[in-house]
Amino acid sequence: MTEFFMGLGLSYEWAWGLSTICGILLIAFPLMLGVAMIIYADRKIWAAMALRKGPNVVGPLGLLQSFADGLKVFLQETIIPTAANKGLFLIAPIITFTVALLAWAVIPFNSGAVLADINVGLLYVLAISSLGVYGVVIAGWSSNSKYPFFSAMRASAQMISYEVSIGFILICVVLWAGTFNLNDIVKAQQSHVWIINGFVANPLLFPMWVMFLISGMAETARAPFDLTEAESELVAGYQTEYSSMAFALYWLGEYANVLLMCALNAVLFWGGYLPPLDIPVLYLVPGFVWLLLKILFFFFIFSWVKATVPRYRYDQLMRLGWKIFLPTSLLFVVLVSGYLMATGHFA
Amino acid sequence: MIQVIAFYLFATLCIFSGAVTILARNPVHSVLWLILAFFNAAGLMVLVGAEFIAMLLVIVYVGAVAVLFLFVVMMLDIDFAELRAGFIKNFPLGLALAVVLFVELFVGLVVHGAGGVQLGKASGAAAQAADMSNIQAIGALLYSKYLFLFEAAGLVLLVAMIGAIVLTHRERSGTRGQIIAKQNARRPQDATINMQPETGKGVQL
Repeated sequence: MTEFFMGLGLSYEWAWGLSTICGILLIAFPLMLGVAMIIYADRKIWAAMALRKGPNVVGPLGLLQSFADGLKVFLQETIIPTAANKGLFLIAPIITFTVALLAWAVIPFNSGAVLADINVGLLYVLAISSLGVYGVVIAGWSSNSKYPFFSAMRASAQMISYEVSIGFILICVVLWAGTFNLNDIVKAQQSHVWIINGFVANPLLFPMWVMFLISGMAETARAPFDLTEAESELVAGYQTEYSSMAFALYWLGEYANVLLMCALNAVLFWGGYLPPLDIPVLYLVPGFVWLLLKILFFFFIFSWVKATVPRYRYDQLMRLGWKIFLPTSLLFVVLVSGYLMATGHFA
Repeated sequence: MIQVIAFYLFATLCIFSGAVTILARNPVHSVLWLILAFFNAAGLMVLVGAEFIAMLLVIVYVGAVAVLFLFVVMMLDIDFAELRAGFIKNFPLGLALAVVLFVELFVGLVVHGAGGVQLGKASGAAAQAADMSNIQAIGALLYSKYLFLFEAAGLVLLVAMIGAIVLTHRERSGTRGQIIAKQNARRPQDATINMQPETGKGVQL
């Protein structure tokens, strides 16, 4: 896109700046629209699983429900508790929302269609996702209220625990792909096993994908790991004291994070923008359509789990993270690197 | 031009947030300013082309270490008056430390002015190995030239980890922890009995 703006007679700096801003808008606007629609889809899926109708009043089939909700929270008054630490209380939801958008910069939507094609793309994703916890922790502390504080304590322990195993899972993927660049990781998956595109068909990496999916749910604090906002114990967790737009920012950030996790599942294990099978006919469909279909598929799994699996208890959550996922993922790092050394993959 | 602007932006913010870290009254604010300082340091690393180090700085320090700092500081019930009470008593020690640090910096600067030690170039790009990305260059060095030192560092970390676990681990008696395997092995017939007691007769348990 930089070349296009340079063609209009701008200097390199201005062309680069303009094209970056256009890229950001091109990602952020569809993402926000996607989040609004995905909230609607989420509610419809739960409703179907509970034999209810779900939102069906606002607009045809209730399609405009999320926009009505958005307008409602936008018009409400922002209530700041007198005992709250005002500045931090307002910064916290902004951090959550910003961080949820930041990681999308390195997701490849098509071959080479990525905002920041950096060599350390996967590390960038890890770095950004580890920042997500600050929004929750700061909110919990600055609310100066008991339930949010409990929630903040839980969030910080939970997110750190699952990040460790996610790190090891990602190392397995990186070992096989030989790069941290997400675009190249997708390319490395082309006809990985026979004609199947994607690391998931690999028997050594399939268990890693299952663990990544579950860790992703824990990392985004989705059910069954939604202990940070467990409504039966903590009212609404860290969001208890929030209202109107500040609350909506948490809502949007949370769903943008869930979509990001779905996108990462698709990019790292299911071939990203590549079609599922390496058949020339399938390449006629544009890459971003495949990526979108995969994201929607994983979102359906996320929502399915939320509708059917009961919440974990806190000690069970910690046990799963530290006693099962961590040793298993470590074992697979050894297995994968051993296999790759033995077969001369690195030669 | 844009590099210079970016450098001064990151550097100024880094020094400013570092200063506010020690000046802030509230320790939680201090930790948050410290995080901002880490971030700007990572930005400076990116500017000199060390993107791997920058990402590690964010992942390790911002993502893990600072979270634990924040975790601990938030749970402390700090009495600010008590904190400031020791100020006069500790002032001479603090001053001595500051003087030592200043002298070290001064000596370093004087030595640098007299020629200094040459390690790579200031622009950063020259220090990078040819045709290699950051990660490859670091890996190639760590796993070949410095392999034993690297492994020794790993061993030290392992010992530190085990030491920390040994120091903090305590067996508590009387707790009833969940044994998942035992729970999964349990079947309905182990725990329940179906009975049809006759009217007027009890049930033997």
